[in-house]
Amino acid sequence: MNLAQFLAGRLVKGVLVLFAIAVLNFLLIRAAPGDPAQVLAGEAGAADAQLLEQLRARFGLDQPFLTQLWIYLKGYLTFDLGFSYRQQQPVLNLIMERLPATLLLTGAAFLVSLVVGTAMGALAARRAGKWSDSIITTLALAFYATPLFWIALMSQIVFALKLGLVPNVGYETIGANYTGLARALDIAHHLILPALTLGLFFTALYARMMRASMLEVAGADFVKTARAKGVSQPRVWRRHVARNAILPVVTLAGLQAGQLVGGAVLTETVFAWPGIGRLMFDALVQRDYSVLLGVFFISSAMVVGFNIITDLVYRIADPRIEASA
Amino acid sequence: MMARVTGLRLSLALAASIFALGAAVAQEPKKGGTVHVVVQPEPPMLMQGLNQNGPTNMVAGNIYESLLRYNEKLEPQPSLAKSWEISPDAKVYTFKLQEGVKWHDGKPFTADDVVFTLDKFLRDVHPRWRPIVNAQVEKIEKVDDLTVKITLKQPFGPMVMTQEVASAPMIPKHIYDGTDYRANPANNTPIGTGPFKLKEWKKGSYIHLVKNEDYWLKGKPNLDEIYWQIIPDAAARAVAYETGKVDVLTGGSVDVYDVARLSKLPNTCMTTKGWEMFAPHAWLTPNVRNGILGNKQFRQGLMYAIDREFGKDVVWGGLGKLPTGPISSKTKFYSDDVPKYTYDPAKAKELIKASGYKGETIRLLNLPYGETWSRWSESIKQNLEDVGVKVQIENTDVPGWTQKASNWDFDLNFNFLYQLGDPAMGVARSYISSNIAKGNPFANVGGYSNPEVDKLFADAAIAPTDKERQELYTKVQKVLADELPVLWLLEMDFPTIYRCNVKNLVTTGVGVNDGFRDAWKE
Repeated sequence: MNLAQFLAGRLVKGVLVLFAIAVLNFLLIRAAPGDPAQVLAGEAGAADAQLLEQLRARFGLDQPFLTQLWIYLKGYLTFDLGFSYRQQQPVLNLIMERLPATLLLTGAAFLVSLVVGTAMGALAARRAGKWSDSIITTLALAFYATPLFWIALMSQIVFALKLGLVPNVGYETIGANYTGLARALDIAHHLILPALTLGLFFTALYARMMRASMLEVAGADFVKTARAKGVSQPRVWRRHVARNAILPVVTLAGLQAGQLVGGAVLTETVFAWPGIGRLMFDALVQRDYSVLLGVFFISSAMVVGFNIITDLVYRIADPRIEASA
Repeated sequence: MMARVTGLRLSLALAASIFALGAAVAQEPKKGGTVHVVVQPEPPMLMQGLNQNGPTNMVAGNIYESLLRYNEKLEPQPSLAKSWEISPDAKVYTFKLQEGVKWHDGKPFTADDVVFTLDKFLRDVHPRWRPIVNAQVEKIEKVDDLTVKITLKQPFGPMVMTQEVASAPMIPKHIYDGTDYRANPANNTPIGTGPFKLKEWKKGSYIHLVKNEDYWLKGKPNLDEIYWQIIPDAAARAVAYETGKVDVLTGGSVDVYDVARLSKLPNTCMTTKGWEMFAPHAWLTPNVRNGILGNKQFRQGLMYAIDREFGKDVVWGGLGKLPTGPISSKTKFYSDDVPKYTYDPAKAKELIKASGYKGETIRLLNLPYGETWSRWSESIKQNLEDVGVKVQIENTDVPGWTQKASNWDFDLNFNFLYQLGDPAMGVARSYISSNIAKGNPFANVGGYSNPEVDKLFADAAIAPTDKERQELYTKVQKVLADELPVLWLLEMDFPTIYRCNVKNLVTTGVGVNDGFRDAWKE
């Protein structure tokens, strides 16, 4: 099967999956108790029937259920993600406003964890049984098992409060009005803690995965053959072991990449990072249906997209794999 | 120097003396400066006429203004109204407006705006002003450009308390008249008359307010800028204060157990003032429709069984005060001439036995506002099980709670309500039978109904003098404290923690909500 056929097949499937997800999301959200009008009125500490009625009409909740579903789907077919009455903004604007911050955070965490994790895993495999291996595997196990929010808060207390090295929350220094390079550096300074915190878990995961996978491959017959032929040790590890051991890591990276949009809720919350994850979480507790559905949709589209990309990367990493639709 | 508060158990008397000390050594305000304040959660919008959420009020109360403002004793003070007169029959209120007031877009503020706001805009959209204007007000008229006359159907004592900025913010007629209010694009760019203007709202990060250079009160405000920072995690907010990122932690923005620690930091002041208008009152609502909860003896038994002191001292870290009845001791018309309940498990057992309780499980609906409330639920469950009452705690999220509370789906429900400056506005609503309606968690959701109480509240609202009102309210407090339609647990305190070099921050009955007009930074 050639590449074009493969892609076409996957895209058609992807669109169908997205449609099903969109409908399911709508039904699931409506199954949760409460509605946005009631929440908004409840937060105000005072309400009467007339206010609730006015708000429900604004949210379009006075329409029959199927009409609401139809309006929602019709909007999505024309790339209109709807309007959030609560925030007085089109959903697409709200998402686009938050997307750069999230991509910066998750992208940085993704790169750091992929590079550091794979390297650490490879190093540990090479030194299996030695003390450097023990340190790496112990650390990897510890970070793999520690809850993210705990690391997040502890890192704030240690690095921001006690040592004063980095700011504890936020995206940039509020009120400083930096521009250009100064602003980029300021944002990078704010990015350090959240990106490392978010990246730690995946770093640990990659390290463990890479180590296990390399040790498995290192015992394979073709590696013994290579050694017997007199191929140099570094070359065996690089060309024969590492290349064959990377596939599970690619799978994992594909999964992590799929979460680039929606996977940082906790980190964004603890570090007050103005990203999509918080937009989604706030929308959830406020039952701001249109925003929630919009974020869900973009996140699902990312997952579907990255699954296709992962399959393509498989073909590059291991040409023996025939991508099949 | 203002005295630094080190103790947590801050008595009202102590707070009063510190305030007096602060006033005695008042300095000349310094001009300029920026203050960073925490606001939590992020407000949904800043158009205060359309939304009165707590965080909205904190920010927007410095953008919008109302006819009056209220000091910490809840006495009315001039704001957009320079002066006001009440006719001898207490039915006509005449407000004289300040001269030279401009909206943030430069248009003049006149009596037309006041009439539009009170008679049209808020009557249509404001859930607290609507019932008042519909039931009490005969007409609202412009006398001249700077005079407005409100004629009542009958004397209504609380009228003078209705003009707080969240209750009646003045809305620009030239922007809203004839439009669909809730769809007006101007809702994103609020235009008020207040001391600060909205410069930028970076969603998820901060709200930036800047000084209104054309503010009508010459020389005010002192500050140049306010940044309201949005930091969703309570522990991270505390660290942000400690690292100097923010200067003010507004009421309720840090965990109760952090208050004592943060208050002891250098250059840190703490006050529980600035909440007098709201005077939040926390309680458990028994659903009197549900079997044994309709029995007065059983409810009294519950009240004796609950260790309310423990709730205040341990769960709430010593903040607040035990209430004696429906009216907060911080507001007018409070009376302590009522039956009192102490922690007395033996007496509780007796009453519960006499009530005919047969071991039914009581569902306790927890208020999902964080750790403190969950602990309170657990301690009360233990208190009640000690006297043989079976309790099952129900947990849900905020929308789930709102729905269950609104639709009467509970046996016992936690809640806390604002008193809003007068029992006719903030208290009666929880006890009168005409307010038994589904769909609103702040209505009379327990379903208590007593014609005597209905009549006392109705008469007290329109009794012509304060003395007559007091007599009726004293009576109703006595009846309610005996009948216990709700179990009052705590007069809550929400401490504001701030750097001591931010001066004059809390000077009114709504604290930071309108406090930045006079605040300055040393």
